[in-house]
Amino acid sequence: MKKATLHLGTGLEFQGFSFGYEYPADGEVVFNTAMVGYPESLTDPSYSGQILCVTYPIVGNYGVPEDKVTGNISENFESEKIHVRGLIISDYSFNYSHWSAVKSLDAWLKEFRIPGIFGVDTREITKILRERGSMPGAIIPEGMSLATPPYDPGSENQVAIVSCRDVIRYGSGRKKIVLLDCGVKHNILRCLLRRNIEIIRVPWDYDFNSLEYDGLFISNGPGNPEYCTAAVENIRKALSADKPVFGICMGNQLLAKASGASTFKLKYGHRSHNQPVRLLGTDRCFITSQNHGYAVDGNTLGKDWEPLFINMNDGTNEGIRHKSGRYFSVQFHPEASSGPTDTEFLFDKFINLL
Amino acid sequence: MIDKSIKKVLLLGSGALKIGEAGEFDYSGSQALKAMREEGIETVLINPNIATVQTSEGIADKIYFLPVTPFFVEEVIKKEKPQGILLAFGGQTALNCGVSLYTSGIIDKYSLKVLGTPVQAIMDTEDRELFVKKLDEIGVHTIKSHAADNIEEAVEAASSLGYPVILRAAYALGGLGSGFCDNEEELRRLGEKAFSYSPQVLVEKSLKGWKEIEYEVVRDRFDNCITVCNMENFDPLGIHTGESIVVAPSQTLTNYEYNLLRELSIRIVRHIGIVGECNVQFAFDPLSEEYRVIEVNARLSRSSALASKATGYPLAFIAAKLGLGYALYELKNSITKTTPAFFEPALDYVVCKIPRWDLSKFHGVSREIGSSMKSVGEVMAIGRTFEEAIQKGLRMIGQGAHGFTANKEIPVENIDRALREPTDNRIFVISKAFLKGYTVSQIHDLTKIDKWFLDKLYNIIRTSTELSALDSLEDLGPALLRKAKCQGFSDFQIGRHILKDRIDTEEMVKAVRDYRKRLGIVPVVKQIDTLAAEFPAKTNYLYLTYNGTASDVDYKGDGRSVIVLGSGAYRIGSSVEFDWCSVNSLSAIRKSGWRGVMINYNPETVSTDYDMCDRLYFDELTYERVLDIYDLERPHGVIVSVGGQIPNNLATRLDEAGVPLLGTTADSIDNAEDRHRFSSMLDRLGIDQPRWRELTSLEDIYGFVEDVGFPVLVRPSYVLSGAAMNVCSNKSELEQFLKLAANVSKKHPVVVSEFIEHAKEIEFDAVADEGNIIAYAISEHIEFAGVHSGDATIQFPPQKLYVETARRIKKISRKIADALKISGPFNIQFLAKENDIKVIECNLRASRSFPFVSKVLKINLIELATKVMLSEHPLPPAKSAFDLDYVGVKASQFSFSRLQKADPVLGVDMSSTGEVGCLGDDTNEALLKAMLSVGCSIPKKNILISSGDGKQKAELLSACRLLDRNGFRIYATGGSYKYLADNNINATRVYWPSEDSSEPQALDLLHERKIDLVINIPKNLTQAELDNGYKIRRAAVDFNIPLITNARLASAFIMAFCSYSLESMQIKSWDEYR
Repeated sequence: MKKATLHLGTGLEFQGFSFGYEYPADGEVVFNTAMVGYPESLTDPSYSGQILCVTYPIVGNYGVPEDKVTGNISENFESEKIHVRGLIISDYSFNYSHWSAVKSLDAWLKEFRIPGIFGVDTREITKILRERGSMPGAIIPEGMSLATPPYDPGSENQVAIVSCRDVIRYGSGRKKIVLLDCGVKHNILRCLLRRNIEIIRVPWDYDFNSLEYDGLFISNGPGNPEYCTAAVENIRKALSADKPVFGICMGNQLLAKASGASTFKLKYGHRSHNQPVRLLGTDRCFITSQNHGYAVDGNTLGKDWEPLFINMNDGTNEGIRHKSGRYFSVQFHPEASSGPTDTEFLFDKFINLL
Repeated sequence: MIDKSIKKVLLLGSGALKIGEAGEFDYSGSQALKAMREEGIETVLINPNIATVQTSEGIADKIYFLPVTPFFVEEVIKKEKPQGILLAFGGQTALNCGVSLYTSGIIDKYSLKVLGTPVQAIMDTEDRELFVKKLDEIGVHTIKSHAADNIEEAVEAASSLGYPVILRAAYALGGLGSGFCDNEEELRRLGEKAFSYSPQVLVEKSLKGWKEIEYEVVRDRFDNCITVCNMENFDPLGIHTGESIVVAPSQTLTNYEYNLLRELSIRIVRHIGIVGECNVQFAFDPLSEEYRVIEVNARLSRSSALASKATGYPLAFIAAKLGLGYALYELKNSITKTTPAFFEPALDYVVCKIPRWDLSKFHGVSREIGSSMKSVGEVMAIGRTFEEAIQKGLRMIGQGAHGFTANKEIPVENIDRALREPTDNRIFVISKAFLKGYTVSQIHDLTKIDKWFLDKLYNIIRTSTELSALDSLEDLGPALLRKAKCQGFSDFQIGRHILKDRIDTEEMVKAVRDYRKRLGIVPVVKQIDTLAAEFPAKTNYLYLTYNGTASDVDYKGDGRSVIVLGSGAYRIGSSVEFDWCSVNSLSAIRKSGWRGVMINYNPETVSTDYDMCDRLYFDELTYERVLDIYDLERPHGVIVSVGGQIPNNLATRLDEAGVPLLGTTADSIDNAEDRHRFSSMLDRLGIDQPRWRELTSLEDIYGFVEDVGFPVLVRPSYVLSGAAMNVCSNKSELEQFLKLAANVSKKHPVVVSEFIEHAKEIEFDAVADEGNIIAYAISEHIEFAGVHSGDATIQFPPQKLYVETARRIKKISRKIADALKISGPFNIQFLAKENDIKVIECNLRASRSFPFVSKVLKINLIELATKVMLSEHPLPPAKSAFDLDYVGVKASQFSFSRLQKADPVLGVDMSSTGEVGCLGDDTNEALLKAMLSVGCSIPKKNILISSGDGKQKAELLSACRLLDRNGFRIYATGGSYKYLADNNINATRVYWPSEDSSEPQALDLLHERKIDLVINIPKNLTQAELDNGYKIRRAAVDFNIPLITNARLASAFIMAFCSYSLESMQIKSWDEYR
């Protein structure tokens, strides 16, 4: 087994072993406390630019399912490729066991040239990130080195990296929606298609206002929403068209921005399957799947807007709603995948508005 | 938003510990009571289990040591007039009692509000047919099951489903009367038994080999719902979850599968209408996404206790609050204290639960494990690899294993069969199979255990092979050593693999430890924090691991902490009583201004509740681990005398390693433990003891027996099969036992002691300070010596002891306390015949009867002992047992009904799984309450008697006369019948199974359920005699008919129910006995 070192921030080092692609990796180190779902997480475009530290210590148990893309949708993953730049875990299961698996996590990482490190104290790394905030880091296999300082995903527009290049159409149905792709997870596509919706998936900066559609969906996506001014402009135009709007994650931030609110960077983000949110003004609470580093500042919402959900752990905004009830968005992931499926009903709410 | 009309609530406890219902309900009940108290609600508890923490002062406001049966519960309701009742915290006992109170209209009659899940919802989950219908309504698949009301219906159902099928009795504890049937013959046999427990039996298609997955679900009245934990059984379906190794969280489920089952669990719980906590069990196909719901438990359960400990989420506490009407979002996460209780814990470790069996304690029991539960306890191990967790766990079960490898070779006749047909030691058969060259695939084919688990176990084997290839410690490099430690190898295992038993084991362990520390390979301490480090934790719920480089805690090194070593897995002979002792010791330590630190690993305990101490190390009680913690903690001292035998056994070695033990010195402990040292001390003090000798040849044994005469008690140091101890009444028995069961040699000596018949056995529980006794309690066994003190019925204060006997006992005890300079708790067992007193045993630690005598006497002996150990020199309490105007009786709970084929007879080895203690104005009242609490009932009419030898027949005579006079009908077998007739007592003769041509047959009467009580006294403890009445005793147990096998106890019980009726007993709470 080849040794590897995780370099964290300035000067912290963790010794472990290399797995996956044996090559230096760099990026912003973030942690996720989910206990299952590494195939989904690694292919989630929202991780673009980041090295993921998984807090659940035993990873790779059930291998990786077949990579099958039919009609521009991956059957088992959240996109066509692995988006994390590196993977940090404690204990790697060299042998996997599952009927649906076709290869090991190690083999899959190699295939997409993604380096990993195991045998490091992921809990300690998590505590450091919690106390000091997400920070740059690098996985360096023994005998190799990084020529430049670690890559900072905040230095460029990650959405532009992961968004589709061309307009893609899916399905057919009574209603037609525009899906503004900031790095859409494929389960969002599946959730919409299951509801017999026609989707026009457009690049993040595409001006869709000229298209004929019944509703606008703004997808999840990676990085800092500040970069997405083109998208915010287009959304702002769309708001005057009075067609229903639904956003998820980055979609929540862009819709908020379009309404005049501002966003900020969280210290270490929300990445887990157990984030509690409350539907404001009710007794109803939900467990949600989340993956975001930026949040909407609930105090800056415009006068026709109100918070929809709030995070019960730290009180941050988890969704907004226009008083007309026609536009709403959530910071968490109703499409789950990976994570709990309790809020999938929000897709129905959107469809019913169309 | 809680219900303010509730000012007083009644909580039903679970009674004595038994297989399937153990310490977990002390934990759940204590949490619920704590939750009520926090709201200012007055609490009333009914639980006859006097050894529990929940029946201690300061937990409930009123405690009734009474049976948890509808009659007594109604009486308490009448008297206490509570507004609410809690049914979900006392296991199946409380739930069944609650359902019966509801259906008989008592709940309505007293306008009681059932807090939490409504009774109708409970009934929907308990009645299989209702349950399936309910789940059909929401499209959730259940196991195809056919309810049958008689055997013929069951046979018909089975043939339509196709064999193999599984049979379940409805409304039964932990799978009682359940089992697999491969054909009609097996079905008929099992069916008869199942119908004796339940009017309804369920026949289901067997899904052997599927994964078994559980979810713990919480719901509030606003329909907010979370799953707190999921768990996966290592053993696939077919083995009761209580018999299976279980891991949390699940390891082999994908995200889709995990969330599919999670979503189903929530859908089910919402539809049934649970308010509080609930457990959902699934069968899950390992080759597709098909599932079946196995069952739903609408109450706190063993699994929920495990889930609480595994996650740090206090399920019972939260469930109780939800029952009052709170919403989940209104309650706080008790670990972070800032985030809400509405969340799902994220684990950053893996836990592994392993059951503890004690099957070797029973004659004739089958060692196979299956769909009904036999284990008596469990352990939970925490690690950051599966290998680490399971190896820790295998050491924790305390049956001599050092981990997955490096154990004593177990004899296995046929490995294939032992893998296919699991027994209590299958995990070690797997280890053996690997070493014999079996592959993961082969073992998987035979066991159906998921290959993921087997692969991980194989990692351990591979590392052990690498270690075994070395020959000296110096060859062991840091990389391999670290890998071994990360996989949970102990220093002992490493030493044995490398040094191959060439040096003394204690030296070996020290050498490995020193070498390891020199290389800087030491464990780190991690917190269990419910959120995988996402938020800071405020509590100190800790475990040690080698899979990490930094500890979560800072050590002050101020010497202001005191470590208490807990009792480990519950087992026969050591259970909740030592948890009570540990908890009380911790609270005394904290009251005295020290930080209390607990080490224990039993998920069924209150001592492992992180708010009972300042720091909880949920970890091993081994020499290695205790030293690891000592090295970090640097405490003022360590208490080894409140957790039973496990800590007691560590005393000498810890002392040698320089650990400051508080209280009695290690040398004194050794002086009492070492048979030879203790014996010569007694000789020196002029104290009498039964004559004994440690012998190494058959000639010497025969020579010694000629001196002392039969019967003798024989204790081999090496047991081939069967019990570890035996009483031999004559030479042929002695020969047979020594030749068949034991191996006598220089290496394996045998201890032979004089066995004194018809002697009283007396317990002396006390606390001494520097050799002076400052408090004591003398209690008296109802049975004569020969019944293990853990199985005996005990009364306190003694009612039939000569004053002279008591005085002599005190005198002897003072001498011993002084000679051993005892500081702390201790117990001496005496034999008394006339006024001739002999010492049979002395333990310089708290004994099983400490909570019983402390609560009857109302002097907390453990608190006192702890103050002594903290050198506070407390004053002796003013009161003594002579001041008591009431009597306490402790009776034993047996779980023979769970242990198929075991002979339910008592002997020198302990076989009870639990106990109760009840109070009364006299022995009769206390004894009757106690016997009713352990499942006996007052017979209506018919009693079957086989009364043993002459002396025992005489012992029973006046009791039989009383029965006759009171209108009971006695059925008696040959000798007993004749004896009764000769003494002019009316009886009907019945015949033994061996007298098969004569009618009526005793067995037929039992099968026809015509008998209300069976008194079956074996003539002596020989195997031949034991076999004779076996069929009768076993039938009594299998048909759930009360059975008594001791003449003295039978007499006492008959006296009791002839003097008191149910109605004439007083309903008095503990504090009303003054």
